[in-house]
Amino acid sequence: MTPTLLDKLNSLDRRWIFLAMAFAVALPILLEIGSDETPSLPTKKLFDRIEELPAGSRILMAIDYDPNSAAELAPMSLAFTRHCCLRRHKIYFVTLWGTALPMIDVTIKEVVQAEFGSGDKPFRYGEDYVNLGYLPGEVVAISQLSSDIRKARSQDVRGASLDSLPVMKDVVSAQDMQLIVNASGGFPGAKEWVQYASTPHKIPLAAGCTGVQSTQMFPYYPDQLLGLVTGIRGANEYESMLGAKYPQFAVMSKRPASRRGGPQRWAHRLMIALIVLGNGIHLANRYRRGTP
Amino acid sequence: MSKTVPVVIAALVGFLMIFAYFVPPLLSWRQTAEEWFTIVATIAMLLGGANLCVHHLQKISDRDAGWGFSAVTLAAFAITVGVGLLKVGVVPESAKHLDHAWSGQFQQEGGAFWWIYQYLFSPVVATMFALLAFYVASAAFRAFRAKNLEAMLLLVTALIVLVGQTKDREITSLFLPTPSDGSLPWMPIADLTEFIRKTFVTAGQRAIMIGVALGVVATSLRILLGLDRSYLGGDE
Amino acid sequence: MTRETTIWTALFVCGAAFLAVRAATSERGVGQQFVVPVEVVGLYDAEKKEIVPHEINPTATYGDELRRSVRYDSALRGSPKVVFSLSRSIGVWVGALLTLCVFSYLYKDNVGYKLAESIIVGVSAGYWMVLSFWEVMVAKVLVKLSPDVARYAFLPDTPADAKADMWYLVPVVLGCLVFCRWVPKIAWLGRWPLAFVVGTTAGLKLILFLDADFVSQIRSTILPLIAFTTDATTKVRAFDWKQSVQNIVLVAGVLSSLTYFYFSVEHKGLVGRVSRAGVWVLMITFGASFALTVMGRITLLTMRLQFLFDDWLGLVRM
Repeated sequence: MTPTLLDKLNSLDRRWIFLAMAFAVALPILLEIGSDETPSLPTKKLFDRIEELPAGSRILMAIDYDPNSAAELAPMSLAFTRHCCLRRHKIYFVTLWGTALPMIDVTIKEVVQAEFGSGDKPFRYGEDYVNLGYLPGEVVAISQLSSDIRKARSQDVRGASLDSLPVMKDVVSAQDMQLIVNASGGFPGAKEWVQYASTPHKIPLAAGCTGVQSTQMFPYYPDQLLGLVTGIRGANEYESMLGAKYPQFAVMSKRPASRRGGPQRWAHRLMIALIVLGNGIHLANRYRRGTP
Repeated sequence: MSKTVPVVIAALVGFLMIFAYFVPPLLSWRQTAEEWFTIVATIAMLLGGANLCVHHLQKISDRDAGWGFSAVTLAAFAITVGVGLLKVGVVPESAKHLDHAWSGQFQQEGGAFWWIYQYLFSPVVATMFALLAFYVASAAFRAFRAKNLEAMLLLVTALIVLVGQTKDREITSLFLPTPSDGSLPWMPIADLTEFIRKTFVTAGQRAIMIGVALGVVATSLRILLGLDRSYLGGDE
Repeated sequence: MTRETTIWTALFVCGAAFLAVRAATSERGVGQQFVVPVEVVGLYDAEKKEIVPHEINPTATYGDELRRSVRYDSALRGSPKVVFSLSRSIGVWVGALLTLCVFSYLYKDNVGYKLAESIIVGVSAGYWMVLSFWEVMVAKVLVKLSPDVARYAFLPDTPADAKADMWYLVPVVLGCLVFCRWVPKIAWLGRWPLAFVVGTTAGLKLILFLDADFVSQIRSTILPLIAFTTDATTKVRAFDWKQSVQNIVLVAGVLSSLTYFYFSVEHKGLVGRVSRAGVWVLMITFGASFALTVMGRITLLTMRLQFLFDDWLGLVRM
């Protein structure tokens, strides 16, 4: 008996689905189809806070992700850092992830040094920003940072004593920061910063997190998290707001999240089609079996 | 005795962590315990690395199936540790340290360790997680079926939020008239996604969070009071 | 030759031909990486006994007092002083081929995937060993136990007046006890460092989970079910039905979900119905969670393909 279309779909090799997903993502990349985003309120709240803080405010930039979540979080951390530099805030880079040290280096190199390292008032290491590097101990590191930074780490990533750096003058702990901005790829991340820093010590905290982690963070917003940037969509929103406020950063070369928006859209459409098709097959099977 | 001392250690340091929040003069002791924690935990991690070497060496010596891959693992481990500890290719970064050959950061760009991270670690780790995109598509097609009301709720929510996460959520603005006062047109999918996030998702996650918090508190208390000793392993 | 082998052979041949043509004809080449040298130059001052930054004078002659080092930063082709980097170009090729090896698992398990997997296990473990050594054993332990050695060998900026603190031997010894697990007679000593670690985290978690995830979450759930808001322009206080509905759904959702997790009472009657509503709330939560997970996973795939098409093949400019 010749197999019907339904039989073929029932026994469809999943590798065809893999191929469809590959095309759904690859073609928009090759055709350079991008997409911007309309800002949502949780993202806007973080943007507005960084805008409103007076110049010279201390921002603790916690970069807690590694290559497996860099796709969503690297654009975010670039945009956050860029915004802080534009507002002339003092930035304190730190990470709880050992594999995130190169991520901080890339952020500093591509934004702080490349875009703000020259000109009238260039950003100087030790005066305007510092890289505190990796804090071992996971949640214990956050607890240390919240009571005394020098207990967590007495030198910066280059080995210079923290007391020798002008930017660390009058900074005893994370409680001296006007804002903590965390790009979080998992554990330890945004949840731990809320539990061990923001809630007990009332330090203003905003987070950018992956899509996977975001549902866990929604209950903290807005009482314990003043802003929440969710996944690549949130990164796209932040870039769009940055581009709208500072037109020199509206160009696509400065908006990696917007460039990923096009493939994202098409892949989502494919996912919806697959879910609908899968359920259509399920209903057709039920009809064929005559199950009420 | 073999389990009493560790239980006492856990209780002492655990209650110190708790009381330090209520008795500020204990803060310095807590900070000391936290510093010691970092060192102890790191040395314990070195045991993990040593165990890895022992396991794979055993596989090679016993010529178990796939022992060749164990040799590759050990070689990768040894090379990474070697170039990292010796800071191969790392140079001093500031002029005043030019006489200190090992003063540069171990992960300095251009060094051998950086090369391994950039071109071996990073691509493979990222690609392994990228495989999940394919599996999630396959799962959506084959397993995500509305067999009952609960599954239907899950499915419909997933569809709404999938649309809501991209610019396609504004697609209804193509069909609906733009308000005359210049405000944004009504976008039901966007509003619905936001409503779902603010209400149902927050509610569900909040309930889970409260339950987990109570569980963590109960477990922590049991550990500190010595009622739960499972973390110490079996009798030896 | 089976049909599958024929197809794969043809694909490999076509792929290799494409790479060869692309490498030969395109301006960007395939996987070509460029760097710019960054030189650090210093002059040893015999009086101050230190090296000071110096800019080289081409007409001057220098003896042993000149010190210099060169490192290489990545740069775009065409930038000033840029040079081709063989090691980084090889690196991009290695990264691309390993990426393809991992993707090949989608077709079926194979030697290439297993090789990539073996490499990553070894490299990951090695990375953590190196990180632990430099960031903890040197930067935290050696600096405290022997600041002079740390200053001389690795961290020249260690303050000259730093004193040795021998108390740091205690955590080092405690940590080393973990290796006693290999010796059956004294394996029981290996529990002490474990107990220290578990006790510390248990103590911290007890307080902070209660504060952040219990008390604060309950406080955030205490919301007015009949909400009023003041209009920004007219300053008139009016009933806000949207906020009221939102608050009612949120509070009801939390209570019904908590009821579902309360297993000390049998779920029947009123409790059963409320618990069922809780299940529905949780299903909606998991549906949203699934969609957000999908978003995240697709982004990972996008980034890998961007690496292949941009950094390796030069087909697009990202």
